[in-house]
Amino acid sequence: MPNKTFFWFFLPTGLAMILFIGLPIISTGIQSFYAQHDQVVKEVKKCDPFGCTVSIVVDQEATSVLRDERPLGKFNGFGTYFDRNHLAIEQITEFWDETDTLGDFIDQVTNLPFYKALLFTLTYCLFVTPNVLLLGFIIALSLNAISRKIRGPLIFGTILPMIVTPLVGSLVLFWMIDAEGIIGANLQLMMEDPYLSLKSSRTLTWITIIIYGIWHHSPFAFVVFYAALQTVPQEPVEAAIIDGASRYQRIRHIVLPHIYPVVTFVALISLMDNFRVFEPIIGFSAEGSAQSLSWLIYDNLVNEEVILFGSAAATSMMTIIGIAILLAPVLIRTWKEFRTAR
Amino acid sequence: MEYELDKRSNALKTFNTTFIIIWLLIACFPFIWTFWGSFKVRADFFSRADWWYAISAFNTLIETGGQFTSNAYSEAWTEGEFWKASRNTIIVTVFVVTISLFLGTLGAYALSRSTERYAFWILIAALIFRAMPHITLVSGYLFPFFELQIWGILPTTIVVLVAINQPFTLWLLYSFFKTVPKELDESALIDGCSYFQAFRYIIMPVMWPGVITAGLFSLMLAYNDFTVTALLLNQENHTMVPKIQSYLGTNQHEGNLMWAVSAVVSATAPLFMLVMFFQRQVISGLTTGAVKG
Repeated sequence: MPNKTFFWFFLPTGLAMILFIGLPIISTGIQSFYAQHDQVVKEVKKCDPFGCTVSIVVDQEATSVLRDERPLGKFNGFGTYFDRNHLAIEQITEFWDETDTLGDFIDQVTNLPFYKALLFTLTYCLFVTPNVLLLGFIIALSLNAISRKIRGPLIFGTILPMIVTPLVGSLVLFWMIDAEGIIGANLQLMMEDPYLSLKSSRTLTWITIIIYGIWHHSPFAFVVFYAALQTVPQEPVEAAIIDGASRYQRIRHIVLPHIYPVVTFVALISLMDNFRVFEPIIGFSAEGSAQSLSWLIYDNLVNEEVILFGSAAATSMMTIIGIAILLAPVLIRTWKEFRTAR
Repeated sequence: MEYELDKRSNALKTFNTTFIIIWLLIACFPFIWTFWGSFKVRADFFSRADWWYAISAFNTLIETGGQFTSNAYSEAWTEGEFWKASRNTIIVTVFVVTISLFLGTLGAYALSRSTERYAFWILIAALIFRAMPHITLVSGYLFPFFELQIWGILPTTIVVLVAINQPFTLWLLYSFFKTVPKELDESALIDGCSYFQAFRYIIMPVMWPGVITAGLFSLMLAYNDFTVTALLLNQENHTMVPKIQSYLGTNQHEGNLMWAVSAVVSATAPLFMLVMFFQRQVISGLTTGAVKG
C-alpha cells in the first residue's frame, strides 16, 4: 500500500489515539510538575473597645484571582514526587535513622500512602496472576474432557464473571461475603464469632479482593487456553500414550510446550490488567485497608475541596513507569525478533 | 481433541465432573443469588437477624404481603432516575461502537496491507497504549477539559471511549484482516478499483464476523466503563455503572442499597443475553490475538 493511501486510511484512528491517549500522557507529565496554589492570606486588624487584634484570614478574592490567572497552579518541579504522599524521601531517611530493625523500618515505610498502595498493588499482581493461569488451565483441561454436546452452556457459565464490569462483579460478591450476606453470616455461625466481618481485618480484606481477582480473571485465561488446547496435534499425544506416558507426563511434555506462547500472552495481559486494580476496592468499600495506585489517583481526582491535579498526575506518572517496567521484557523481545527477522 | 486411545478411569471422570460443577457454582451462583435477592426487601437480602430470611422472605411478607416484590426496580427506575442512566448508556454505547468500528476497520485494513516498517511500530505503540491504566489517562484529561469547558457532556466521553478503545480494536481487526487473502483486493486494484473501493466493496463484505467481534468488544468496553464515565460525566449525564456506585454512597434512606441491587441486575441482564447470543464471536475475539501469537 502506498504511503499516501496508508496515511489517509490511518489518519482518523491515529488522530484519535494521539489526541486522547498520547496528549493526555504528556498533559499528565506537565501537570505533575505543578501543585495547586496556596491560599492567599491577609492580615486583618480588628479593633474593639478592648484594643486591637491582628488576625490572619484567607483572602478569597485574591485566591480566586490567582487561580483564574494560573489555573495549572504553581510550579513545583519534582516537589510533588518527593513529598509525603508520594516517594516521601524525607520521611524515609528519617525512618532509616530512627528505627532499629529492618522490620520496623519496613513497617514504617509501608504506612506511607504511596508505598502502602504499591505494596497492595504488587501483592495483588503476585497472587492473582499465577492463580489465574493455573485455575484457567485446569478449567480448560477439565472442560475439554467433557462431552461436546453440553460444552456450550458450560462455557457460557464459565465466562460470566469476566463479562460483567469489575464494579458490578465485586459488588455481587461483596453482598454475599459481607456480614449481612449469605456467606458472611454463615461464616460467623461456623466460626462462632459474631464480630467476624470483611472490614474487621486488613488481611481478610486483602484475601477477599485477591479471591475476587482470581474469580474475575480466570475465565479469560480459560477461554484462551481452551482455544489453544483445540490446536494441540493429536499424533504426539497418541504416541505418548502408546509409549506409556502418564496423564501428567503428557500434559507436562506435550501440551504445555505447545501452548507455551499463549501462556506468556495471558500472563502479560493479566499482569497489565491486575496492575491497574481499582474498581474492586470501591465495590468492596475497602478503601480503609486496601489502596492501590489507581485508587490513589482516583481519590485525588474526586477530592471534595480542590482537585489535586498535581498529586494525581505524579502518581499517574509513576504508575506509567511501573507499567513500562512490566512491559520492558516483552518489548525488548519483540524488538530482537523484529531485528533478526529483517 | 478426542483421544480414542485415552481411556479415562471412572474416578478421574467423577473428579472432573465434580470439579466443573463446583467451578460453575462459584462462577454463576453470585449472579443467581443477586437476581433472587433483588425481589426481596432490604431487611431480607441484607438480614442482620438470620440469613435464611433471604429465602423464606420473612420481612418481604410483612412489608409487602407477597413472597416477591418488584419495588426496588420500580423505585430505582423512576425515583432513582435509572431510566436516565440507561438512556445515557444506550447513547454512549451506540455511538462508541459505530465510531470505533468505522475508525478501526479503516486503520486496521491499512496496517494489514502495509509492508512498511512503521506499521510494525504503530502496532507496538498501540500495545503500549493498551497497557495504560485508564485512570492515568483521565487524570490527563480532567484539567484540559475543565479549561475548554467540555467536561461533563456525553460527546466528550464518547470520543474519549472511542480513543481508549482503538488500540484493542486495531489489534483485533488487524489479525482478522490478515486472514483475508491479499490476492482478493489486489485483483480488485488491477481491475481499476481505488484502495477505498476495494476496501468497501471487496473486503468489508467478507469481514463481517471480525467486525461483529470487534463491535462486541467495543460495546462491552463502553457499557462496562466506570473510570472514564464516573469522572468525565456530571451527575445528570451519568451512565449505568457510575449511577450504581452513586446509590451505594448515599445510604441515608433504606431503599438505596436495594436500588443498587436491582440496578445491578438491570444492567447485567442485557449483557448476559447479548453474550449468550454472540458467545462464539466473543470467544473467537479473545483467542485470535492469542493463538496466532
